[in-house]
Amino acid sequence: MVKLSKKEVEHIAKLARLSLTEEEKKKFARHLSSILNYVDQLKKIDTEGVEPIGNIVGLSNVFRKDKITPSSLAKKLLSSAPETKDRYLKIKGVKETWG
Amino acid sequence: MGLSELTIKEASRALKNKEISSLELAKECLEKAVKANKYLNAFITILEKEAIKAARDSDKRIAQNKRLSEIDGVPLAIKDNICIEDTLTTCASPILSNFISPFDATVIKKLKKAGAVILGKTNMDEFAMGSSTETSFYGPTKNPWDLTRVPGGSSGGSAAAVAASLAPGALGSDTGGSIRQPASFCGVVGFKPTYGSVSRYGLIAMASSLDQIGPITKTVEDARILYEIIAGCDELDSTSAQNRFKNYELRIKNLKIGIPKEYFIKGLDKEVEKIVKIAIKKIEDLGAKIKEVSLPHTPYALAAYYLIMPSEVSSNLARYDGIKYGLSTKAQNLVDVYIKSRTKGFGDEAKRRIMLGTFALSSGYYEAYYLKAKKVQTKIKEDFDKAFQKVDCLLTPTSPTVAFKIGEKSQDPLTMYLSDIFTVPVNLAGLPALSVPCGFIDGLPVGLQIIGRQFGENEILNIALEYEKNTDWHNMKPKV
Repeated sequence: MVKLSKKEVEHIAKLARLSLTEEEKKKFARHLSSILNYVDQLKKIDTEGVEPIGNIVGLSNVFRKDKITPSSLAKKLLSSAPETKDRYLKIKGVKETWG
Repeated sequence: MGLSELTIKEASRALKNKEISSLELAKECLEKAVKANKYLNAFITILEKEAIKAARDSDKRIAQNKRLSEIDGVPLAIKDNICIEDTLTTCASPILSNFISPFDATVIKKLKKAGAVILGKTNMDEFAMGSSTETSFYGPTKNPWDLTRVPGGSSGGSAAAVAASLAPGALGSDTGGSIRQPASFCGVVGFKPTYGSVSRYGLIAMASSLDQIGPITKTVEDARILYEIIAGCDELDSTSAQNRFKNYELRIKNLKIGIPKEYFIKGLDKEVEKIVKIAIKKIEDLGAKIKEVSLPHTPYALAAYYLIMPSEVSSNLARYDGIKYGLSTKAQNLVDVYIKSRTKGFGDEAKRRIMLGTFALSSGYYEAYYLKAKKVQTKIKEDFDKAFQKVDCLLTPTSPTVAFKIGEKSQDPLTMYLSDIFTVPVNLAGLPALSVPCGFIDGLPVGLQIIGRQFGENEILNIALEYEKNTDWHNMKPKV
């Protein structure tokens, strides 16, 4: 039986950049544990020597010509951003976070 | 019969012969959509102004006998995870509730070039994560056959809109059954093409190795018409494949059809089983050779799917960080902007799948979960490869039950996931499959799933066409 602890759920949420209430931690621990128990049945299949799937229709190394085409997207892309300055996205200081 | 009840093929003919105008047609669909939205909630956005303009433009072309394609002037509904330039594209999520797409998805470019009239954006499960359209930020869509029931999901809005004749046809997307299952629940045709045969550029990604756009229509012929317009290789999607589709008539007598025994199991509703078996008998009577086959890894497909899909979800949804677009919450430092925006911007199901995927990919668990699932995927594909050496197509139920009640499964995620049990293996193997109406149980539609080999679109369309020609199910209309 897989049973995720509150601490493990907190760790996963942190990796996923989510913050959970105490109640949510309990709820998600319950849900995630039940799903993980369900998927545990995969262990029954012998996959010794089996290659994992890459592209399902067998495509690999897809190339195209590296040609320059004009794009008119820049303005629209910038206008979608919550905060900009001149032609840049404005964000909170990186140094304050990890510095 | 109202204009909005026309099929794509019928509307196309009437437009060509100038019996109706695109404007009348669009106006009637829009009026009906606005009215029906109050109780069906099929649309997130209705594009009244844009549709009227597109219809007028189309009428001008038709007057000059310069029709762009068979669908010039035909109104369509588009699932709200497909980007349309300068149009709100929400994915039914709070995090994209303010997102105006700066570009057209490739399928939209193709539809516009063909002269289609886009009526609006349809409701869906948040980020296409769900089987009932209940996880939408904009509230659930109702099933036109019974307003207390779900339309299926995640393309529930598109399926409900077509079933209720608010639009002659629609586009949906299918990652684990999201076109076929709602089509089955709403009594319409849902067609998921081979992985890569339709460009995903501009389809907001859920699980990139499984996602595929496809049509939801009233008839099989209509599904073929839309498919031919949207299919093809696209430089902007490196996983898109050369269009190998050739539309030619096949004789059903020359086809061998397999019935995978693993799909007729305990969880399958007895009445659904009965109806699907009658449909299979009908296809046999039409001349096809029917044969039992085995896909032994079927029972493991859902488990593999619920590792592969959330893993890709966790990676794809990492881009929503409150910095570039979408919902953004102010905070003191950068990481808190991420955390607060994501916490506020994602609903429960999105959070659940992001966390599940984050766990499956995390250090120490990757091999036991994600990699194991990718190997099981190989086994599932091998099962299909073996079966397709013996038969041309497979017939199964689309869903183990008819449409369930709103709220019936939303409390227990695993129960909800089990409703995709017959559709998920198809995505894992990259196959084309179609759901076609094949009967009713107490007034609720049942769907027959026809699965083909990769790029075998023409085979499954031909069988479905032949079946439809000899049955009446597609002519049944909900009363709402």
